[in-house]
Amino acid sequence: MSAVLETRQLCKSFGALTVAEKIDFRLEAGARHALIGPNGAGKTTFVNMLTGRLAPTSGQIFLAGQDVTRLPQSGRVKQGLGRTFQINTLFRNMSVMDNVALGVAERHGVAGSMWRPAAAHRAVRDEALALLDTLGIADDAGKRVIDLPYGKQRLVEIAIALGLQPKVLLLDEPAAGVPSMESERILQALDTMPKDIAILIIEHDMDLVFRFAKRITVLVQGEVLCEGTPDEIAADKRVHQVYLGEQNDD
Amino acid sequence: MEAFLSSLVSVAFHGVAYGMILYVISVGLSVTMGLMGFTNLAHGVFAMAGGYILVSSLGHALPFPLALALSFIIVAAASVVLERLLYSRLYGASELEQVLFTIGLIFMSVAIARLIFGTLQQPVILPEYLKGQFSLFGRDFPAYRVFLILFSSAMIAGLWFGVERTIWGAMVRAAVDNRPMAQSIGINTKRLFSITFAVGSGLAGLGGALGAEIVAVQPTYPFEQLVYFLIVVSVGGLGSLRGPFVAALLIGITDTACKYWVPQFGAFFIYVATIGLLLWRPAGLFGKRT
Amino acid sequence: MSRDVGYNADHGLRWTECLPWIAAVAVFFVLPDYLSLGARVLTYILFALSLDLILGYAGIITLGHAAFFGFGAYVTGIMAAKMGITDPIIQLFVSGVAAGLLGLITGAVILRTHGLTQLMLTLAIAALCLEIANKATLLTGGADGLSGVVIAPILGQFKFDLYGKTAYLWCLTMVFGGWWLIRRLIYSPFGVALTGIRENSTRMHAIGAPVYWRLVVVYTISAAIAGVAGALLTQTNQFVGLNVLGFEPSGELLVMLILGGVGRLYGAFVGPLVFLIAQDYLAKQFPEYWYFGIGLMLVIVVLFARGGILGIIDRLVDRFKAKKA
Repeated sequence: MSAVLETRQLCKSFGALTVAEKIDFRLEAGARHALIGPNGAGKTTFVNMLTGRLAPTSGQIFLAGQDVTRLPQSGRVKQGLGRTFQINTLFRNMSVMDNVALGVAERHGVAGSMWRPAAAHRAVRDEALALLDTLGIADDAGKRVIDLPYGKQRLVEIAIALGLQPKVLLLDEPAAGVPSMESERILQALDTMPKDIAILIIEHDMDLVFRFAKRITVLVQGEVLCEGTPDEIAADKRVHQVYLGEQNDD
Repeated sequence: MEAFLSSLVSVAFHGVAYGMILYVISVGLSVTMGLMGFTNLAHGVFAMAGGYILVSSLGHALPFPLALALSFIIVAAASVVLERLLYSRLYGASELEQVLFTIGLIFMSVAIARLIFGTLQQPVILPEYLKGQFSLFGRDFPAYRVFLILFSSAMIAGLWFGVERTIWGAMVRAAVDNRPMAQSIGINTKRLFSITFAVGSGLAGLGGALGAEIVAVQPTYPFEQLVYFLIVVSVGGLGSLRGPFVAALLIGITDTACKYWVPQFGAFFIYVATIGLLLWRPAGLFGKRT
Repeated sequence: MSRDVGYNADHGLRWTECLPWIAAVAVFFVLPDYLSLGARVLTYILFALSLDLILGYAGIITLGHAAFFGFGAYVTGIMAAKMGITDPIIQLFVSGVAAGLLGLITGAVILRTHGLTQLMLTLAIAALCLEIANKATLLTGGADGLSGVVIAPILGQFKFDLYGKTAYLWCLTMVFGGWWLIRRLIYSPFGVALTGIRENSTRMHAIGAPVYWRLVVVYTISAAIAGVAGALLTQTNQFVGLNVLGFEPSGELLVMLILGGVGRLYGAFVGPLVFLIAQDYLAKQFPEYWYFGIGLMLVIVVLFARGGILGIIDRLVDRFKAKKA
């Protein structure tokens, strides 16, 4: 079975500083994959290269078998790659509905239309509302994003990405900044995701990682340390040493 | 051939003089924009003020060196007041707000200038020892322009030394490079801004005074010259010291050349060249590439 | 309330939106001596609408929008005075298309840049247009301006009379057309996308929106409308001079729009109205104080009254509603 997302020997250096070293990575359809690693391991850099925000120094990126290494962001989005940002990147003064509808409209190809009022595009509206519903925030559709609690804003961030109907979804620390009582909502949202989407999350919240992921990749200083099922990773001594901390000495 | 070479030298000379003035005025803008991230379109007002101070001082029979010094000191002092009272309120504001605010300042200053001095260009009465011609390599150059080039070079050298070698300079460079980092290592950015703003504005005043002969001192000054200062800063690269120097010289020489050889086109080529250059290098010749 | 743009916005016409038109028609009958001032106000309303489209909705800051206004004005002037093309409808059309083309070319160039560079380029382009108009005296009359502008009767019927009646109604028609077009645009998906670009262009890129092209399109449309406004000015004054180009008129337009309120469509109506009436009374008597006053007003609006006059009205209405509750 070919991978939906694959990188081969992906490298990135800023002058003498190497932040990504020969990363080989595969994501299958329907994957529930987590990328973990200590701070500064290069996880966000990796995601930025996947989405096209950052150009790799060498190596290749494949999306559903196609080489997208040179393709700009908008092109990759059209090929089915969606992402959320570590820090909420939302249209804060616009309504929740509009935040999601903007992406849906792009996908429908009507976002450039200048004639009919936006509110008359029922298909876009209905789809946006349905999305908000699956994440449990349909009641907040009319509210301004800036008026929502941070946890719900994070859900809007995920809703926008889902609105693009991605085949691959990259979630950069979806629970970051969310108070622990609200992070349950995020987990529930992740559970309701369509089964055929491949999801890669970057996370520091180990609870979330071990509950969500079927496979985990550990990234340390730009290199892949190891990869495996949650049990394998939890048992791996190297991971303990490098990442889970020297406090587990005994 | 002889005549052509002669005019070439003349253009180069006058171009360099003009370029130096442009630099002395604009360097403050480059540094404060790179340092404070504040779009200060009213920078030309400081230059204009310096010009008026010079002219008034000379009109009151004050000696030339004193007049120059006053143009620096008074403008620098006034800028600190403006900065503390008004500018500092808008440090976090959006670009549009900063643009509008500084345009408002321009309108106000232009009106004040017209009220006090009238609309005509101010004549500059140079002291005797700076008038006349200066002989160099068998050619005659206007003495004042020679003085201008020498004096500006000294100022520029002083400035570069100050930024490269002093602690103040190191702090400015650090803060331009990475402001949050600079703050977290204890640099008092508020005071740094004020001092740097004062130096930059004072220099603009000095430049306006020195260049009063080349760039006429009149109320429409901030409007008309704004483009040039912005060109120097954008082409040179925000926050850089050397970049605007090269840019200012290029503009000075090109502008003089065009006005001399193709006066019917005026400043046309400068604008076109600027547009072309910025398309090729959006961060300017020496600016930070984002 | 400020205009809600978006996918669940109420895009129907509110009754308050009919007020400007009722007022405009009333002025025609009730204040016949002020029609030339009225035509001027209408011209600047159209100009301000074009600026609001790119500044208020798309978030493009420009210091040189008068380049398109002036270009349109001169195109009509040259057609009328030098080429004998006197039909006003053709003049408006050609000016609009020409200004739109200029907008397309300059927009394609400058919208690749950001921040100070972009700002400076808008200024450079405006300065460039002024320079060209200044030097090309054979075509533009240079510093003396272009007179001898002949405007034929509209549709062969309506002559431009001395009282300014035709001019006023002609401008009113054009403003209505421009307003209608822009209003449709703002509520359309394109308009929502523009607001998205203004609010968070990083996000717009991340959802696959062709940000650059959207901006170029709206810049072109705005330039075309500004060009039509400029042409209207030439038609009503039967003269065009250098004062339609450069930083000064661009800056004044910014003042008018900020005064009324940016990004709310009707700020473009209120701003020029208040500004030009005040200018008519005050500027003649105290020109320098007037100039000082608009500068001071800009500073005050930025520091204390963002949202301009309409913003202040909003706040008053909110406070009134809160008291009633």
